[in-house]
Amino acid sequence: MSETFIPAVIEMRGVNIGAAARPAANDVNWSVRPGEFWVVAGQQQSGKSNLLMHAAGLTPPAQGGCRVFGCATDSFDDAHLAERLRAGFVFAGGKLFNHLTVAENVALPLRYQKNLTAAAAAGEVGALLKLLELGPFADATPANLAVNWRQRAALARALVLKPELLLLDSPLAGLGVPHRRWLQAFLDRLWRGHEWLGGRPLTLAVTTDDLRPWRHPDRKFAVLDEQTFTVLGSWREVESAQIRTVKDLLAEPVETTL
Amino acid sequence: MAKVYELANTHVFRRAALSKTFADRLARKLFRGVLTLQGLGAFALITLGVILDKFSVARSVIHPRVRHEIYRSGVALVPMFGYVSLALGFLVVGQTVSALAKVGATDYLGSMMVVVVVRELGPLLTAMLVLARIGTANVIELGTARALGEVEALEALGIDPVHYLIVPRVIGMALGIFSLTVYLILGALASGYLFAFLQDVALAPGDYFKQIAAALNWLDFALLALKTVLFGFFIAIVTCYHGLARPLRLEDMPRVAVRAITQGVFICVLVDAVFIVLYLAT
Repeated sequence: MSETFIPAVIEMRGVNIGAAARPAANDVNWSVRPGEFWVVAGQQQSGKSNLLMHAAGLTPPAQGGCRVFGCATDSFDDAHLAERLRAGFVFAGGKLFNHLTVAENVALPLRYQKNLTAAAAAGEVGALLKLLELGPFADATPANLAVNWRQRAALARALVLKPELLLLDSPLAGLGVPHRRWLQAFLDRLWRGHEWLGGRPLTLAVTTDDLRPWRHPDRKFAVLDEQTFTVLGSWREVESAQIRTVKDLLAEPVETTL
Repeated sequence: MAKVYELANTHVFRRAALSKTFADRLARKLFRGVLTLQGLGAFALITLGVILDKFSVARSVIHPRVRHEIYRSGVALVPMFGYVSLALGFLVVGQTVSALAKVGATDYLGSMMVVVVVRELGPLLTAMLVLARIGTANVIELGTARALGEVEALEALGIDPVHYLIVPRVIGMALGIFSLTVYLILGALASGYLFAFLQDVALAPGDYFKQIAAALNWLDFALLALKTVLFGFFIAIVTCYHGLARPLRLEDMPRVAVRAITQGVFICVLVDAVFIVLYLAT
């Protein structure tokens, strides 16, 4: 019986990450299959954000090829908008539009891509805001929100077009403990198939500078260390890895003794 | 020899060496100017391309933004322009009446108003005021959006930043400057007559109107519309280019804003000069 070929959601071959003059990592080969949950770890300034930006087709890699849903990202133009919109992106810090309210931020991609009026998009946006517990903040502007809620609003904005791939850059950075727990549980629900996405499992890739919160037997892990991208595999391989960065990112925070 | 060496190290020679640095700096400035011109040209063409290509894309989002920009660059400035038109009428008539009275040519008051206010001062003054008031805001808003990563966020959502951020500003500013110029001219002509009346100039309202109508021809209207729309287009392009198209950090903002306004003034004067030549040629 022949095995059915499932095309990769993200396929990177020989990619140099970051600026051409000073790449953060060389010769990156990374393949993300549908339904996988990837955690890419690395110290700050190691090139994690650039890796995700290349993967989403937002910036072309200095060298090498990257395909998302089988479409080369260097040819991502208006003709390939449909492929591009299959990937959602949550930036570190949210990068919400400061001149719009939370509800308007979430509604914008829906209204722009489907040419809807604010009233026509209100129902769907309201449901999503309710799902992410953002209802009370719908009319607030991002500058007046705590980082916890800004991150949720950014997640809502990325989910409103119901993507098949979700890339999150340092989603837990700066969040309070209850919000971290909530976000992890929510991402897990998305990954398994959330009713918002019609029960379809979501492919996820997140970056982090702390591996411990992402411990999970079914997730896949990779690390960016000393200009090298290394696929570690499952959590078991993470624990047994002899890479210094991995050990650093697994270490407990230093506790002060009084 | 020692004396020559000593001389070479005096202030005179150090200052002389500066002339080379000055030439170097001048050449660099010229080169940078050419690059900016190239960037501005490319940005203007891209914007025009997007206006034509995406005319019917996301109308429910873009049209309200265009209306907002028309309000911001036009309607919201009407009170200020009311005041400026009063001042302009007073300024032009006050000076003109005293000058024309000396040579007994107050009959030419209407013609002078048309030449000075309709053809020259009205459009240029409007452009300068909108540049100062809205152009600066454009640079700051777009520069902040760029520095805070909002432009990348738009791209991630499949929204063309030029379509969403630039096109409404260009259309809004072009229509805003055109409308404000018409308001300013009408206000200045009316207030001009008022001040002439106060100065006891023997000119009936009907005669004043006839003088103005006689001095105007269809070309004045056509060139006025074209000139004001071009002022709006170029001001929006220059300010948006400096705010959005150039790599920008928050700390660069004051320098970039000053540069954008300077270039805006330069381009407006250049456009005005072209139109003066057109007026003189016809």
